[in-house]
Amino acid sequence: MTEIELKLKSLEYRKKILRYIKMASAGHTGGSLSCTDILNVLYNRIMNVNPQNFKNNERDRYIQSKGHSVEALYVVLADQGFFPEAELETLCKYKSHFIGHPTRKVPGVEQNTGALGHGLALSVGTALAAKLDNLHFKVFTLLGDGELAEGSNWEALLAASHYKLDNLVVILDYNKLQITGPNAEVMNLEPVIPKFESFGCSVRQVDGNDLKELENNLLDVPFEKGKPNVIIAQTVKGKGVSYMENTLKWHHGVPNDQDYKLAIEELNNQISQLQKPQLHEK
Amino acid sequence: MRSESIIKPSSLKMGIPNLEAFSNTLQNLAESDNDIIVVTSDSRGSGKLVPFGEKYPEQIVEVGIAEQNLVGISAGLASAGKKVFAVSPACFLTARSFEQVKNDVAYSDNPVNLIGISSGVSYGALGTTHHSLHDFAALRAVNNITIICPADNYETEQAIMFAAASDFPVYIRFGKKPMPFVSESKDFEVGKGRLVREGKDAVVIATGETVFPALEAAQYLEDNHNIQIGVVSMHTVKPLDGGLLKELAKSYPVMLTVEEHMVNGGLGEACAAFLIQSGFSPKFKIMGIPDEYTITGSQVEIFEHYGISGRGISKEILELISL
Ligand SMILES: Cc1ncc(C[n+]2csc(CCOP(=O)(O)OP(=O)(O)O)c2C)c(N)n1
Ligand SMILES: [Mg+2]
Repeated sequence: MTEIELKLKSLEYRKKILRYIKMASAGHTGGSLSCTDILNVLYNRIMNVNPQNFKNNERDRYIQSKGHSVEALYVVLADQGFFPEAELETLCKYKSHFIGHPTRKVPGVEQNTGALGHGLALSVGTALAAKLDNLHFKVFTLLGDGELAEGSNWEALLAASHYKLDNLVVILDYNKLQITGPNAEVMNLEPVIPKFESFGCSVRQVDGNDLKELENNLLDVPFEKGKPNVIIAQTVKGKGVSYMENTLKWHHGVPNDQDYKLAIEELNNQISQLQKPQLHEK
Repeated sequence: MRSESIIKPSSLKMGIPNLEAFSNTLQNLAESDNDIIVVTSDSRGSGKLVPFGEKYPEQIVEVGIAEQNLVGISAGLASAGKKVFAVSPACFLTARSFEQVKNDVAYSDNPVNLIGISSGVSYGALGTTHHSLHDFAALRAVNNITIICPADNYETEQAIMFAAASDFPVYIRFGKKPMPFVSESKDFEVGKGRLVREGKDAVVIATGETVFPALEAAQYLEDNHNIQIGVVSMHTVKPLDGGLLKELAKSYPVMLTVEEHMVNGGLGEACAAFLIQSGFSPKFKIMGIPDEYTITGSQVEIFEHYGISGRGISKEILELISL
């Protein structure tokens, strides 16, 4: 897949996220759009996991701690062939397996999340098992910035560095917003890099909506031997739809017909912009 | 038989969500009492407390997404004389913070008022992480905490005022959809069930948002089967109103409980244990959410699926009576 194709994928994912949130009349829109690029790079460039090897204990693991951004995960898993995308039309509907948080009833989902502050400890345990069995898989987990107020994260980090889990990759979706407002007003998180460093992690800061930068850094894992890897991904909540970007209401806002039309137009414009230079090159 | 049409909407006065009745009551209380402190965990909006925060910025404390911290800090504030309302989704408040509730609030007798919002299956399709079907069971097993599950706006207001004035721990849980008033009488008293409809053939002991479907069932059975059903709003789950239960057991041969909680360890089992140990053995059935992977759906769909509806409750009563 070329870089342009990968970029197009992010845009297609965004359109689908909005489509299924609209159909379900429910969803965590902003956070799904902010982590779309991270999931895109993980599943299409980095991780060794697919429907064929999903039962294989040596597969890479992705555990989404910020479970509310489930729409991004479901859309990417469908694209990877874990289930037919049409099944997402049942999202949040009566009797569907597709509830509004990741559930292992859905093929490709590693852990049931949704209560914040659980994914990191689950990931530490999984990464520790790899070390114990001398297996070479990696464990990736995605955390929200608001989520970091849960003390369980910091307990898990102590253990991660105590057990020298350099096969663990913690990605912070650092979009600076939570439900009530900016982290800085709700519960200050800064300075965040020294916090992770003082817990014994090797930390990198990247533009979390830049596919190339994400890929280059993820390919570098482990950053340092014997240290858990932390990627501070600077992202934009609601990324890709101008009126949703950095706007509180879109944490779990659901687009109405007009909103939806505008959003899809914007994303389609971005798609044509990307396709243009490619045509000239030929 | 569509359960919605059993009772005409006009026959019971419609109210606002209990969640809003709670936040309005709290604002009224704070007007004359600056010791009232609300503590939230990124739950100000979900708790309808944005206006409270704007009006009384000095009386709201935000702890971030950290429910254990929420309850610990609340206990500390209460120990120093504050009248604390710790407000968070019931699922997290009673699971994540359970040890803080058990040790720092109940055992240490710090009079925190724990407010579990969007309780039961109010979060619908968000799934099990967001449901609180365990909270009665968990908190019933803790000494020194009163558990209240109000049915309507009146019961909610009364419960909140009671909690503000009490000097012991109280847990109050409610949902977020508008609720009809289940009775016109103003007879709320913590620890005393309210007989909101009289009958003779069977009695339904309900709590919270299940009182209304119980009333629907009673109306349906009267209209269609000439069966008279009593309905109790057992808003206080602990301490249980044993006096009322004994009276009911003497006059009703059939008893059914219904709650927005797992059938294990909740109101139903509390009533059953009390009755059997008091020498009663009525025909008895516990309705609630069964011990299984909860079906996906909205709160209404989940209720319907598990028979917590006028239709479902009527069916169970007819079966019990015919036994
Ligand atoms: C334990 C727990 N507490 C509260 C919530 C409710 N909740 C869901 S999303 C959210 C805000 C999350 O903010 P952040 O971690 O910054 O995520 P993002 O901005 O990426 O959406 C909250 C409080 C939850 N799901 N779990
Ligand atoms: Mg955030």
